[in-house]
Amino acid sequence: MLLRHTTKEVKEREGLTINPAKTCQPIGAMYAALGVHGCLPHSHGSQGCCAYHRSTLTRHYKEPVMSATSSFTEGASVFGGQANLLQAIDTIFSVYDPDVIAVHSTCLSETIGDDLQQITKKALDDGKIPEGKRVIYASTPSFVGSHVTGYANMLAGIAEQFAKSTGEKKDQINIVAGWMEPSDMREIKRIAKEMGVRIVLFPDTSDVLDAPQTGKHEFYPKGGTTIEALESTGDSKSSIALGCMSGEPGAIALDKKCKVPFQTEDIPIGLSATDRFIMSLSKAAGVEVPDEITAERGRLVDVMTDMEQYLYGKKVALFGDPDQLIPLTEFVLDLNMKPTHIVSGTPGQRFEKRMKEILKDAPYANFKNGLGADMFLMHQWIKNEPVDLLIGNTYGKYIARDEDIPFVRFGFPILDRIGHSYFPNVGYSGALRLVEKILGVFLDRQDRDAPEEKFELVM
Amino acid sequence: MESMKNFSDPSVIKEELIKKYPPKVAKKRAKGIVLNDPEATPQVQANVRTVPGIITQRGCSYAGCKGVVLGPTRDIVNITHGPIGCGFYSWLTRRNQTRPESPEAENYMPYCFSTDMQEDHVVFGGEKKLKQAIQEAYDLFHPKAIAIFSTCPVGLIGDDVHAVAKEMREKLGDCNVFGFSCEGYRGVSQSAGHHVANNGVFKHMVGRDDTVKEGKFKLNLLGEYNIGGDAFEIERLFDKCGLTLVASFSGNSTVGALENSHTADLNIIMCHRSINYMGDMMEKKYGIPWMKVNFVGAESTAKSLRKIAEYFEDDELKARVEEVIAEEMPQVKAAIEEIRPRTEGKTAMLFVGGSRAHHYQDLFTELGMTTLAAGYEFAHRDDYEGREVLPTIKIDADNKNIEELKVERDPEKYNPRRSEAEIEALKEKGLEMNGYEGMMKQMKEKTFVVDDISHYESEKLIEYYKPDIFCAGIKEKYVVQKMGVPLKQLHSYDYGGPYTGFTGAINFYRDIDRMVNNPVWKKIKAPWEKASGEAELNADYVTQ
Repeated sequence: MLLRHTTKEVKEREGLTINPAKTCQPIGAMYAALGVHGCLPHSHGSQGCCAYHRSTLTRHYKEPVMSATSSFTEGASVFGGQANLLQAIDTIFSVYDPDVIAVHSTCLSETIGDDLQQITKKALDDGKIPEGKRVIYASTPSFVGSHVTGYANMLAGIAEQFAKSTGEKKDQINIVAGWMEPSDMREIKRIAKEMGVRIVLFPDTSDVLDAPQTGKHEFYPKGGTTIEALESTGDSKSSIALGCMSGEPGAIALDKKCKVPFQTEDIPIGLSATDRFIMSLSKAAGVEVPDEITAERGRLVDVMTDMEQYLYGKKVALFGDPDQLIPLTEFVLDLNMKPTHIVSGTPGQRFEKRMKEILKDAPYANFKNGLGADMFLMHQWIKNEPVDLLIGNTYGKYIARDEDIPFVRFGFPILDRIGHSYFPNVGYSGALRLVEKILGVFLDRQDRDAPEEKFELVM
Repeated sequence: MESMKNFSDPSVIKEELIKKYPPKVAKKRAKGIVLNDPEATPQVQANVRTVPGIITQRGCSYAGCKGVVLGPTRDIVNITHGPIGCGFYSWLTRRNQTRPESPEAENYMPYCFSTDMQEDHVVFGGEKKLKQAIQEAYDLFHPKAIAIFSTCPVGLIGDDVHAVAKEMREKLGDCNVFGFSCEGYRGVSQSAGHHVANNGVFKHMVGRDDTVKEGKFKLNLLGEYNIGGDAFEIERLFDKCGLTLVASFSGNSTVGALENSHTADLNIIMCHRSINYMGDMMEKKYGIPWMKVNFVGAESTAKSLRKIAEYFEDDELKARVEEVIAEEMPQVKAAIEEIRPRTEGKTAMLFVGGSRAHHYQDLFTELGMTTLAAGYEFAHRDDYEGREVLPTIKIDADNKNIEELKVERDPEKYNPRRSEAEIEALKEKGLEMNGYEGMMKQMKEKTFVVDDISHYESEKLIEYYKPDIFCAGIKEKYVVQKMGVPLKQLHSYDYGGPYTGFTGAINFYRDIDRMVNNPVWKKIKAPWEKASGEAELNADYVTQ
């Protein structure tokens, strides 16, 4: 038993978080910034944060993750980090020559009260930012929110600091991407193309964090939303934000600055959320849904009807990030399974509200988010009411092994497998892949446990 | 140098490495980039601040303290006091393995404990929350020990983790609670955290249990963290030789073992950087001599085992060690004979850790490979130049933030294992006691020694030298591989290991052979991508 000390009895905890189902804001900001073309993320704090964030993103994507740091030592912590950031901006433009530096704060620089807006303005005034180059910022203290809110804050920063409105509307729709994989972003672009809709997707980490092997390291890979495209978002007809917690703040920032109306949809994971996204996109752009999309949907539903006996009534425990758990839980219900325990470390009332709506016909479901909603609690819930399937990030493998539960890796971070960044989870094809994975683990289990006379060849 | 004859003058390359930096930065970096001369050992600038904006390999003090040193001890509840990130990132990411004695025995390593500080704790202080967390951990698990690790905001808002620890230790009674001031901004790298950690282990653990174990030859293994099972292989060899391991600091270790460690008769040090001061402190307080060993590399392992036998001056032990070496070496030789023709003459670069970039060169030597460039991410000058430079190392503001313990003889427990005369006699016989010659004396002339290498510099070095393999960490791995050069992770070993001892050496040879000879590196260009100087596709099309 790896988690041998996890007790069945659940006791309320106020001081101690055990096995968190979230991490801190800056890593989200770093990830979002990598979705801007030619951008070097910069961590304003001590070296450790940047090293940890780069390591975790690298382990998840198996790709280079470039980011610089203000390298605080005690002096900067006492006297403020302005000198460090100004020097960093100088060094970065000389050595790494990015188009954009996207600075995010850490708990260290926030605690001492460094004002990124003021420091970046000073850098501009002092002539440290070369012509045509940009330094943007977002405040992402680690003692607030989670990696999800950090992503949202950087996204809002990107929207706010790049968008321009020329007064002339463009025939394009902004899609403000909530936290999803490069493969998912690529899939969103494919769907839009299939539907004949011109979109600006931002951020866009496809072709950045899934770059091909060419024998040459591209410091700034070809992907990422370009500055030009980001500037044009202010002239778009409207925006669709994907994910109320990770995507919406970017759309709100655009609306505030450039009066671009928006609507928020769930990240299109599973059948129902993808249906709503397609409807929304077709309505916003004024286009009909093409037959090929309808056929993709039909193939998903076909598999769902064909395979229903293997899914029916299966109890599922899920943990991860709110914008993914909301549509995923809905999909679990669409598959006629029972979402039994749901935990997200990320705080926020939107999650609670949405989950209540989704789970109105599933009164048996436990769910909790924010402080105290950790994987230790979820494991305890599982000990009290066992489940047939666990869905979550890599850290779930310890629970899955101890409790002998089939396990599907989903979310962030996935450190011990590949595929998540190459094969989409969104859209109908993503949903089909999810069904395949779930069925795979159920049937592998059935084959593993079957007595010889019941070992089946056909299904 | 044979393998470098085709390259440009290294001093020209050095100029290239720093050319792009702003002048002040270039001046500073120039001192950290040195062309080696094993005879004269030039001075290397080390353990100084990284220039802001430089993409560095380095982490922070917290990572060194909680992540490296205390992390591998399985029965301490390690609570990170701070916002959630630091605790999360140091959770199971170092591949420290451990083997509890029974399925019920304590093992908290798969757990992550944090106070998950929120904004109001930063404003009003987090001590109350920390006390609550300690109490909850105690109520849930009743561990032998609880350690508290301070993150950046904790030091700034002035939470006194040591006072909290003391109060809770007294309150709980049967649980040893202690704190570490290892805020990320302390010092210039992980190294500061190692020092903070070892000071804490020395103050709060070592010397608490005087039980003397059975065993004729008792020793502690210092600076071995059991990544990928390294410590298991060393333990296997110790068992085979009849050596009794009292405590390993801290791979596969326990509170009890560390508390009992002062009863050993010898300290052997693997990672010089992370723990050399522990050797000194234990010698001063308890009279245990120390010596540097290296179990990375088959020859080094044999040499280290012989050194240990030499120290104990026991003929039976010496004979047993020779038997063990004789038993283990044939497999090593067989592997070398098979593999070396495929690795001979190839080149490597190593930029990792505070001792690893040195130790792993032995394995490459065994494979017939040359190390063209090496350096550490968090070393001090003595790790490069040898301990004789210790008195000449300048103390600066960043060093001063790290506590130096004043250590004196323990009035009761001090017991010199060897008299000064005996130590001198051992030294006369050629046994290097309390010494370490550093990395540079072993490296060839005009190879590159680079401290705290930046991303830019490593990319340039690869462009110029195109080494056959590059060794570093996860942050560097895919960058280097995108350049067409395989990268072996020497922090976490990419799911591989162990690489210590004889079995480990064979594992490493096989892994390096696989990596440098993998045909995929020759397949990076698609067949239709025109290589320079080659003819374009030729084809006849039949038109109808």
